[in-house]
Amino acid sequence: MSTRYSAVAFLVIVALVAGLASSATPADPVKVAFVDPLSGPFAATGENGLNQFKYAADGINKAGGVLGRQIEVVPLDNKVSPQESLIQLKKVIGDGIPFVFQGNSSGVAHAISDAVLKHNERNAGNRILYLNYSAVDPALTNDKCHYWHFRFDAEADMKMAALTDVIAVNPKIKKMYIIGQDYSFGKAVAEGAVSMLGKKRPDIQIVGNELHPIGKVKDFSPYVQKIVASGADAVITGNWGADMVALAKAANDGGLKVPFYTYYAASDGVTAAIGAAGIDRIRLVHESHPGNPNAPKALSDYITGYRKLHPQNDINQPRINTALNMLALAIKKAGTTDVDKVAAALEGMEYTNLSGDQLVMRRQDHQLQMPIYISVHTNKNIKHDLDASGFGLSLETKVDRDKATQPTTCKMQRPT
Amino acid sequence: MFQLILFSILNGLVYGMLLFMLSSGLTLIFGMMGVLNFAHASFYMLGAYVAFTLGLRLGFWPALVIAPIVVGLLGALVERHGLRRVHRFGHIAELIFTFGVAIVIEEIVQLVWGRPAKSYQVPALLDFPLFRAFGSSFPAYKAFMLVISVAIFAFIFVILTRTRAGLIIQASLTHPQMVAMLGHNVPRVFMVVFGIGSALAALAGVIAGPVLGTFPGMAQVLGSIVFVVVVIGGLGSITGAFVASLLIGIVQTFAVAMDVSVGGTLAAVGVQVNTGGALHDLWKVTIAQVAPILPYVLLVLTLILRPTGLFGTRET
Repeated sequence: MSTRYSAVAFLVIVALVAGLASSATPADPVKVAFVDPLSGPFAATGENGLNQFKYAADGINKAGGVLGRQIEVVPLDNKVSPQESLIQLKKVIGDGIPFVFQGNSSGVAHAISDAVLKHNERNAGNRILYLNYSAVDPALTNDKCHYWHFRFDAEADMKMAALTDVIAVNPKIKKMYIIGQDYSFGKAVAEGAVSMLGKKRPDIQIVGNELHPIGKVKDFSPYVQKIVASGADAVITGNWGADMVALAKAANDGGLKVPFYTYYAASDGVTAAIGAAGIDRIRLVHESHPGNPNAPKALSDYITGYRKLHPQNDINQPRINTALNMLALAIKKAGTTDVDKVAAALEGMEYTNLSGDQLVMRRQDHQLQMPIYISVHTNKNIKHDLDASGFGLSLETKVDRDKATQPTTCKMQRPT
Repeated sequence: MFQLILFSILNGLVYGMLLFMLSSGLTLIFGMMGVLNFAHASFYMLGAYVAFTLGLRLGFWPALVIAPIVVGLLGALVERHGLRRVHRFGHIAELIFTFGVAIVIEEIVQLVWGRPAKSYQVPALLDFPLFRAFGSSFPAYKAFMLVISVAIFAFIFVILTRTRAGLIIQASLTHPQMVAMLGHNVPRVFMVVFGIGSALAALAGVIAGPVLGTFPGMAQVLGSIVFVVVVIGGLGSITGAFVASLLIGIVQTFAVAMDVSVGGTLAAVGVQVNTGGALHDLWKVTIAQVAPILPYVLLVLTLILRPTGLFGTRET
């Protein structure tokens, strides 16, 4: 009797487990890891990035997801530390997540890129893909390029070329001051600025070329005084996050009234900190239409929808939407989440982003080719403000894709 | 050049005095209880956030008074119901307790106020350049910061050296048992000092928030440097904290202005180094680049050469 009962019970359990397993498979989400700072001085930047990823994923999921599966963003805090990132990467690999997004800090990007390359060489059946949405050190798609890294933001030199074009036609600028964070990206900005200004406007004197530790400076007043003392007519900076907020505040307080040419002087508290003092003075180079004036409808709706969910945050990285959608398209095209096939589908992929621009993922180095926009900080004709401050960015110059492109030294090794 | 020197001195003073407001409370707590209070900078952050929120309703000036009181009471509660219970398990437990409090406060701040930086603005009344000289300006608000912190220094100094309460506090620093024998409630003295120390940190937060930014990382950014001040100045010494704060403020500000390399500086003081070799990158680093780590170099030197600090009487 008892054996028969236990046999029945066993069969019931087997059936239940099998039923659970089979019903779980189609609903299994496609996981993508988000490895960026969610604590410490740069938490605001990371948190807003994560929210934009979730928002972009919601959009894809509402439209049916990919291969009938939902996209799930798995946040992992790396505290902008290369060491922490490698620990998180181990977790990503252990959990079997095939896609890793990271963007904040090129220093971290190099660490992840190296680790992913090594992992993929040794684990052919269990590869992962590194999708870089924001780290713009040119080396990542030049000397250090590899097949498993794709970049969706314009690299620093593409942006610097556009910025220096604008500076070159401004005859008032005779003395330039460059200030940045002391790591690979800050150095890349400084090198790019010096070499490109040297070609386009050899008469401009570089009166300062300063690097300060990243995330460690509390008060930028001494730096601002140094800029004033140098007699600079303009400043170039690649600062981001808390370092940009503090620099903007100190410049306002110190009465530094010269134009600033920046990479990241908007959102996450920066726009609010600059306020009225920065009108028509702070310029920013980026990869998307700034939303003002006359934003394309798709972008405008996207910004409005996000603002409803996160009244304090902005869509300051529309490339996040591009990156996630291009990945989703590649998965659809490949018909699988197998990394080798998805990477092959991403290479050379064309995509139209929210700004209505035609983008293409260059095969040669996996650098997304795109137009570059330069915008100015203002409160006139601002439909989509930033930091809920009434101030925002307004489009001034657009450099077309074929003009913005930069050569690469990448010699891509493809898997055989 | 003159502009750079003048403004470097002013900025150094403002920054130094801000450090003093933070470190004065910490050094008293440290000296009295022998506890490194890791949560001290968190009270500084709470001060800025509470004042920001109160400021939206009541304006800056009432917030300037109310926020430090609120945070000071909170500090007293933490001492009364947390630290005092942990005290019997020894210093390590207390250390870990304050460390935990710091993390809890940071998480609470992120939960309540969110992660993005808050737009905590300088009050309109003080939002003008006090004077302009040589192409740069000195904001009136920074002068206000300077005045407040000097007033606080004078206040603490008078209380500690000229009043009966100050005498009891000073005595409790060194001879707590004796003070208790004389009929004073030493635990209450500890609680009051902890509360006042927290309130001072909060006041520093209230006035620094608009200048240095109000964001969840602000405690972490200033936290370590405050310990440096306390150690260099000497444990429990208000005068030491004052001198060390100004020293660090001015050294750091001036160092940023110096573009000479480390190798060049050593050569100037007569030390010849081989600028090639494995360390060639080190000699090319400018003083400006190492400015933010100079306080820590001072810390190490102090611990090696004078472990009691500049004005301290006991070893760290």
